Amino acid sequence: MTPLAPRLDRPETPPSDLLIKRAHLIDPRVGIDEPADLLVRGGEVAEVGAPGSLEAPERAEVVDAEGLHAFPAFVDPHVHLRTPGREDEEDIGSGTRAAAAGGFCAILAMPNTDPVTDSASVLLSLRERAREEARVPTGFLAAVTVGQKGEQLTEMGELIDAGALGFSDDGLPVQSAGVLRQALRYQRMTGGCIALHEEDPTLSRGGSMHEGEVSALLGVGGIPSISESTMIARDAAIARYEDAQIHIQHLSARESVQAIEQAKAAGVRITCEATPHHLTLTEESVRSLDTNFKMNPPLRSEDDRQALLDGLRSGIIDCVATDHAPHAREEKEQPFETAPMGVTGLETAFAALHTMLVIPGLIPLGVLIERMTAGGAPFGLAIPSLSPGSPANICLADLAAEWEAGEAGYESRSSNSCFAGRRLIGRVRMTVAGGSVAYRERSFAIGAVS
Amino acid sequence: MMRNLLSIDDLTREDIERILSRAHSFAQVSGREIKKVPTLRGRTVINLFYESSTRTSSSFELAAKRLSADLVNIKSVGSSVDKGESLKDTVQTLSAYDPTAIVIRSPHAGAANLVARWTTASVINAGDGKHEHPTQALLDLYTLRGRRPQIEGTKIWIVGDVMHSRVARSNVLAFTRMGAEVTVCGPPTLIPRDFESLGCDVRYSLDGIEEADVVYALRMQMERMTGSYVPSLREYAARFQIDSRRLAPHQLLMHPGPVNRGVELAAEVIDSPQALIVQQVESGVVVRMAVLYELLAAGNAPSPVPAHTEPQPA
Repeated sequence: MTPLAPRLDRPETPPSDLLIKRAHLIDPRVGIDEPADLLVRGGEVAEVGAPGSLEAPERAEVVDAEGLHAFPAFVDPHVHLRTPGREDEEDIGSGTRAAAAGGFCAILAMPNTDPVTDSASVLLSLRERAREEARVPTGFLAAVTVGQKGEQLTEMGELIDAGALGFSDDGLPVQSAGVLRQALRYQRMTGGCIALHEEDPTLSRGGSMHEGEVSALLGVGGIPSISESTMIARDAAIARYEDAQIHIQHLSARESVQAIEQAKAAGVRITCEATPHHLTLTEESVRSLDTNFKMNPPLRSEDDRQALLDGLRSGIIDCVATDHAPHAREEKEQPFETAPMGVTGLETAFAALHTMLVIPGLIPLGVLIERMTAGGAPFGLAIPSLSPGSPANICLADLAAEWEAGEAGYESRSSNSCFAGRRLIGRVRMTVAGGSVAYRERSFAIGAVS
Repeated sequence: MMRNLLSIDDLTREDIERILSRAHSFAQVSGREIKKVPTLRGRTVINLFYESSTRTSSSFELAAKRLSADLVNIKSVGSSVDKGESLKDTVQTLSAYDPTAIVIRSPHAGAANLVARWTTASVINAGDGKHEHPTQALLDLYTLRGRRPQIEGTKIWIVGDVMHSRVARSNVLAFTRMGAEVTVCGPPTLIPRDFESLGCDVRYSLDGIEEADVVYALRMQMERMTGSYVPSLREYAARFQIDSRRLAPHQLLMHPGPVNRGVELAAEVIDSPQALIVQQVESGVVVRMAVLYELLAAGNAPSPVPAHTEPQPA
């Protein structure tokens, strides 16, 4: 597997020397779950030792992390940076600052931009901007089809050579089975995971929310679960036939989890993700017709949510991804049916999942950490780790801190959060990304340089 | 005192009773030669209609004027909405006129709720997308009670394109709130999944309609041919048209209008004495007067309408 850093872009940053003292370390893959000192030297995890046992080398920052938790930092394989085209909603700088504030050490940006990231020239210019502005290492996916029109394949080979970490037409499905098949076959030559937004437009047509009791009551067009699950089944079959590798984005329905389970059992190289909002909210939130609950795929029933939780626990759902989708305020201040779909998520992901799933005992904290750090794996990126020798990718969090989402504003340019106004428990204090400190919470005091 | 009427769900049974009986007293006003009362004199009501409508907008207009309010009619066509002005900006601009009430009709569900967020005026939902049309449900209840005082236990069948009907949704809620038993009936493609959760029965054919006391027919629109909802109007009419064979003599017939003659209703039943369609239109004004009164005046005046008054100068 390729290490995280070389394939992602961010400005040249001096690697950190850092001693994190007495944090409660949790890294399930390494088998650590206890208070410890963690030493970062030259941007790498150098040593983990008993609390209070490690000495800070010269010029290292010392962090008194008593009462805090330290995990491997998170990776989000599904972020909309809105660049190029809608820098009013988000740009690489603001989006990656939001990521860092949420404890993420790396993100992958979606190509449904304006212009679409479907050529090496657009991709290379984005990578260059990331090398100037990105607060955390940022990777870019390229489109599967030109203009995301679903008709003609992009120059997948050239795009991989130019540094694309994979492909997606996200925002839209690859509607034609024939075109998808060609892409999956071509992938044999080029490599690059193909991430799929699963939706059958002939089933979802006219819909803005889950097809169920709430849509029946509100008279708003519904998007049935089968719009997603039938496409997953179809695409898994094509991937199996072509021995291709696919990643299914933003799962929302029980039937979809079942389709993934069957595909995995049949040996298909398929992975999938679920968002914090699908894991914690349902169509009940949509009764209010608040557009901060309008997303695609929509929030579905409680039964669907339970299926997603089961899938996350068991690992059928491989990772959490936010599908961070910033929107301009005036666009969201419209009637539900006409407002654009999507909510932000980077800054609230961990806190929302910690508050609504871990604290009530629905998911162990260790499992959540595993799922929030696994997002880069389908794209060939190493999973962040606290074991010595790993690049330093660390999230330091206060699991007891209570805060109100949005009260202090957001790093993101946009404020369309489905958790706005909610009291959350668990706050990121500091994020180390790719070997250097990417985020410190404003009020978080760090010990003097020794 | 209620500030807005956005959904039938906002009203308790007592609220509905009170509005209906107030409508009844306004009916007496409407019988006079000078049909006005001064209740809302000096207040401004704005009709903000983003969808074309003759009967509802003129009904609200008359209702406001009979209460002596000043009325402003804003239709989206020919207004700055054509220039792309957002709903929010329009509402905030109108707020500068300090309206007492905004009556809003929109092609989008939840529009009335949004307007209520952006203004301190009372907001009346005159139809928001396919979601609700509360004043229609109230006037339907009022009309029905005029012929059949006991709504409790009444069996009402709502027949037609339920999926796209805000009238159906408001009526299911309103009729069941008043104790009626409601069945919705139509082709399966025109009745949403899980519609029973609104508190009604669902049927896919007219078999059993003879048990109904009231048949409420909905408009079948030409547009339903696209999208494969019904293969043809002919098949729809063959299965669901209410005609003199299917409508028993003891049954009352209602329709929100406008009627597609020969589609959902056969001509002979439209003009029969069982049909309450004309009375529904007539009752629209007094019911809307009662709604305006409920939201804007009920907290102030001790009684709705003096029993005997000299006609007031306008």
